[in-house]
Amino acid sequence: MRIALRLLPGLWLALLVAAPLVLVGIMALSWQAEGVPPYAPPWAGEGINPENLRLLTEDPHYRDALAQSLVTAGGTALLCLLLAAPMGIAIARAGRWREALLGAVLLPFWTGFLIRIGAWIGLLRDEGWINTLLRGLGLTDHPLPLLYSDGAMLLGMVHAYLPFAVLPVFAAATRLDPVLEQAAADLGATPGRAFLTVTLPQLLPSLAAAFLLVFIPAAGEYVIPELLGPPDATLVGRVLFQEFFQNRDWPVAAALAVALLALLILPIILFQRLGQDP
Amino acid sequence: MPRWVRAALWAGLAFLWLPVALLVAYAFSGDSVPFRWGGFSLRWFLALAANDRLLEAAWLSLRVAAGAASLAVLLGGATGWVLARHGPFAGRAVLGALAGAPLVLPEVVTGLSLLLFFVALESAFGWPAGRGALTVLLAHATLGSAYVAVVVQSRLASRDRDLEEAALDLGATPATAFLTITLPLMAPSLVAGWLLAFTLSLDDVVLASFTSGPAGTTLPVALFSMLRLGMTPEVNALATLMLGAAALTLAAVGLLLRRRA
Repeated sequence: MRIALRLLPGLWLALLVAAPLVLVGIMALSWQAEGVPPYAPPWAGEGINPENLRLLTEDPHYRDALAQSLVTAGGTALLCLLLAAPMGIAIARAGRWREALLGAVLLPFWTGFLIRIGAWIGLLRDEGWINTLLRGLGLTDHPLPLLYSDGAMLLGMVHAYLPFAVLPVFAAATRLDPVLEQAAADLGATPGRAFLTVTLPQLLPSLAAAFLLVFIPAAGEYVIPELLGPPDATLVGRVLFQEFFQNRDWPVAAALAVALLALLILPIILFQRLGQDP
Repeated sequence: MPRWVRAALWAGLAFLWLPVALLVAYAFSGDSVPFRWGGFSLRWFLALAANDRLLEAAWLSLRVAAGAASLAVLLGGATGWVLARHGPFAGRAVLGALAGAPLVLPEVVTGLSLLLFFVALESAFGWPAGRGALTVLLAHATLGSAYVAVVVQSRLASRDRDLEEAALDLGATPATAFLTITLPLMAPSLVAGWLLAFTLSLDDVVLASFTSGPAGTTLPVALFSMLRLGMTPEVNALATLMLGAAALTLAAVGLLLRRRA
């Protein structure tokens, strides 16, 4: 009976998590073909297709997409961290306001990120709120091209992922011993120095976790670059969508997925290590 | 704590909430340009109520999200329970890794993998015939069950087994012990997990884009294609309604949990 109960989740996960990932691997080695579905697997006669994975390292289009995704994800995670670190600490020390403040940070997560991206579109576009305000103040007579830029994309990404980064820092900050900071103060440290030399070092593992928690999903982000970024922002998520839906080149799309996973495997392992020893 | 730490908190909260606050305020503007004030008006809510395509997508999304969340609670609950209560067994590490995989895999990878899986299933067994609401539901249940498993596992891990063992010592069958002790212990995490999976489903564009056919346009997918063309006052109104619904649900759940606690 107990074994049967173990088999249920095992079977579900084998079918809907493991098998699909294996199929991505097979697809990355397949050939694009006419027909439905538009591919020929390695056992259809032509053998393994070595081109797809080679393309990713040699063709600058794909190589740059992968590199640009990592840079964008890194920038997003860094900016999130700069805001989330003080936010998490301040909320952990907010006494009876702690819960309300944490709720205020997490509530946007429950309200849907598309809505928040929509709000940024309304703010940043040519006839948007910010441009209208700037023109009303006489600061500019042409609308500034704010939307569809790298800056807008980064802004939207930070806005979407910030709550994820606050959580680990908050959790770690609630476990800090305030006596240590007091000791530093008693020994003559200014609050700023005590913070930098005593508090911050203790939070390092949680800061690393917060960074990775943003970096990993941001590296494959598709929706935000598509809605806020410049048309030429070729991030891997966007290129994968293009290859799959527009070019109907399933093998190259799968190869991109494999490459993205290969780049993320180290951060993922690192993240899981950090989660295990709190 | 230096003063700038608190200043950063307020700056962060303003950054998170100001765009949303403006969006809600301008949903009640009569102007046909979004984010330009044209006097108080409900015209965009009325326009929304007449938009059959969006209403249909919203209704489909609610059904898919409810179904996906329920399936996710069933399977994620079982996974979390097995991981927390079955001790070490052969294959536990593999099960744990697979259960956590959807949490760390990029959405585009999960979406592509599930689509390839459904296509392969169809060509092998003729099922599922085409893609639509059912395949989106299965995809969302897969993602949701990973979150439910984590929540359930950590809830059970924080409660030791004394109660279950006492019940077994007093002669309860394993099934009775599970139903009367373990399940009530898990209950809050199952409710939280259901809500989490429901929200994830209502918010997902990428998995739904991959796994839905032309027949399965969910609300986020419809909203996404509207936003692609730019913001309209109608979207403001829709977003405001969705925010209101989310806030009401959270308040209701919060009250319910407080009363029970």
